[in-house]
Amino acid sequence: MPVSPYLGKDLIGLQHLSAEQIRAILDTAEPFKEISERPIKKVPVLRGKTIVNLFFEPSTRTRISFEFAEKRLSADTVNITTTGSSVVKGETLVDTARNLEAMRIDMVVIRHSASGSARFLADRIPSNVVNAGDGRHEHPTQALLDMLTIRDHLGRLDGTRVCIVGDILHSRVARSNIWGLLKLGAEVAVCAPRSLLPADIESLGVTVFSRVEEAIEWAEVLNVLRLQLERMQAGYIPTLREYNRVFGVTRERVERAPRDLLILHPGPMNRGVEIDSDVADGPHSVILDQVTNGVAIRMAVLYLLAGGAPERAEEAKHGG
Amino acid sequence: MAVDVRPVLIRGGRVVDPSQGIDDVRDVLLVGGRVEAISASLAAPDGAQILDATGLVVCPGFIDLHVHLREPGGEHKETIATGARAAVAGGFTAVCAMPNTDPPVDDPAAVGFVRAQGDRAGAARIYPVGAISVGQKGERLAPVGEMVEAGAVAITDDGHPVMDSGLMRLALEYARTFGIPVADHCEDRTLSRGGTMNEGVVSTRLGLTGIPNAAEDVMIARDLFLAELTGGRLHIQHVSTRRGVELIRDAKDRGVSVTAEAAPHHFTLTDEAVDGYRTEAKVNPPLRTAADREAVRAGVADGTLDVIATDHAPHHYDEKEQAFDDAPFGLVGLETALGLAYSELVLGGVITLPRMVDAMSCAPARAFDLPGGTLRPGTPADVAVFDPTWEWVVEPSKFLSKSRNTPFAGRRLTGRVVWTLVGGRLLWESAERPSSR
Repeated sequence: MPVSPYLGKDLIGLQHLSAEQIRAILDTAEPFKEISERPIKKVPVLRGKTIVNLFFEPSTRTRISFEFAEKRLSADTVNITTTGSSVVKGETLVDTARNLEAMRIDMVVIRHSASGSARFLADRIPSNVVNAGDGRHEHPTQALLDMLTIRDHLGRLDGTRVCIVGDILHSRVARSNIWGLLKLGAEVAVCAPRSLLPADIESLGVTVFSRVEEAIEWAEVLNVLRLQLERMQAGYIPTLREYNRVFGVTRERVERAPRDLLILHPGPMNRGVEIDSDVADGPHSVILDQVTNGVAIRMAVLYLLAGGAPERAEEAKHGG
Repeated sequence: MAVDVRPVLIRGGRVVDPSQGIDDVRDVLLVGGRVEAISASLAAPDGAQILDATGLVVCPGFIDLHVHLREPGGEHKETIATGARAAVAGGFTAVCAMPNTDPPVDDPAAVGFVRAQGDRAGAARIYPVGAISVGQKGERLAPVGEMVEAGAVAITDDGHPVMDSGLMRLALEYARTFGIPVADHCEDRTLSRGGTMNEGVVSTRLGLTGIPNAAEDVMIARDLFLAELTGGRLHIQHVSTRRGVELIRDAKDRGVSVTAEAAPHHFTLTDEAVDGYRTEAKVNPPLRTAADREAVRAGVADGTLDVIATDHAPHHYDEKEQAFDDAPFGLVGLETALGLAYSELVLGGVITLPRMVDAMSCAPARAFDLPGGTLRPGTPADVAVFDPTWEWVVEPSKFLSKSRNTPFAGRRLTGRVVWTLVGGRLLWESAERPSSR
């Protein structure tokens, strides 16, 4: 299996990547954006490669985004989801991986509810492994597409003030964004009820805001996280209504911002809970740009892991 | 079993027996399964086996108050026989078997079964510990009196912390009737709430659910208050937090009847060992921070933590070969305990060698009123002889335990058992001892 000279064998998280590696992915995504704008959205970059999308957790957006990226690069893909596989019959992650490997695949994209599961798989099979979200640990392609979107709109990441708002405790998106943004020189803050912040979050190098008004006062970019309904059932917050009252990114709050805000959301949104429709659909929202960029970022990651070079991405697109 | 045992003369070793204040080069003579004499120079009786212990340490056999032998119900992880053999390989001449088996040891028949299996194994002595509550469900008291009659030496719901404070009070009061201690795994499950490692920087980085120190601290505090209220004998298992050590120290100063354990992994490792999602380092209570580790070491040094106990918790490799959240808690400890205690604590300058022997032999015997923990003439000849200069590397594939789950694989340790004698019988002789010695 190829080991990318730029990324190594796998993409598990942003914590252990360097600023140059992250920049290489973002830069490689640029030429790939254009493929999705063509009438015939297909280039032969990954022709003959077999990629398995191994999703142990329900996901629509991320899985489809990966699948488009793979198909537009001409890879052969198979989707495995929990409901349609032997996983429900009690087969272990190790056995699933070994069986896939025995069918001679090239890459695995894995989504799993346990933190560390992507690393676990990567350590046990020679194929390239891409982490599409492992528990509360990391979701690197989401953070990369968030960063690409910010860079597109503000022209820079260095010195940018980004606040992640919402359930930081349970969020892999938050962790990947924190690592990636800090490495590229952004200032990062988090804003959440204290019951939804992990222990010693400050030690990662972020500022903590307890009130969303303070976060808005400070930030240039708000990345608003989805509040899972289960969190309320588990007692982390009293009610969704209270959450919206106290922590919701509402039009009134955004209008009081001292500067133009850029609003991101990794989706799927709970309109009227963590974000109001006025904001999600409003002029500051770049939520659909994130989705578009997601495909380009995933193309870039797959291309690099398959052994591609960032500076050759343009010619690779043309079958070079 | 003791009568027909061949006499043994252990010659020229450094005899360390804090129960008699001995730390000197002596000969030790074992006759009829009992200690016959300790003296500067002893003649070997006819037919005696002579063990040359020059350069070695001779001490009362180690006693582990906290092991999981998995039988009945978990025989793929360990059996009483394999655990008893792993024990003697580690210098332990007696171990206390925790009751969280399947079914749990919560009645006299089960206690009798564990004893019988221990006798059959013919290695380290096996002392059953009974459950506090029926089925370890934390609802009503198990038949403690009958279990004591059948041979239980203490009670605990280890593995299933007693959340009901009223039940814990009853257990301490009732056990007092029989003079046995109540051992508790201190964990407030409403605070640990599905956690899999220490709550802190590392859990935040790894995205794993944390178990805060407070989950342990509040239960230690509760238990100490209840011991004070009832006058019962409390034994706190595997203390891992700095506040826990402080609370126990204060309680002892007030005269509360409490003993406590430190586990080798807690005085050696921190939660950084979990990095990389290493399931071998997944243990409960979890590995904590450096400050906690220092407090545990200080607790062993000043006797606040009376006892070193392993919490030997074997698991099959399939069970540990899983995502971190899914892997079970626990690690094996019987065959690395001496090496860790000697390397980390004695060579590390934390405690003296006599204090180490006290914590591994004498103090456990006192805490649970067990025979042993001394080489006083007339007592059962349970002896460990170890080489304090033997450097070795932990190789789990060589363990006598059925399981290999240890975070110490590949670690270089100093200090290893050469001979273990139980009731005067030589039950362990290391085949690997360097010939240069």
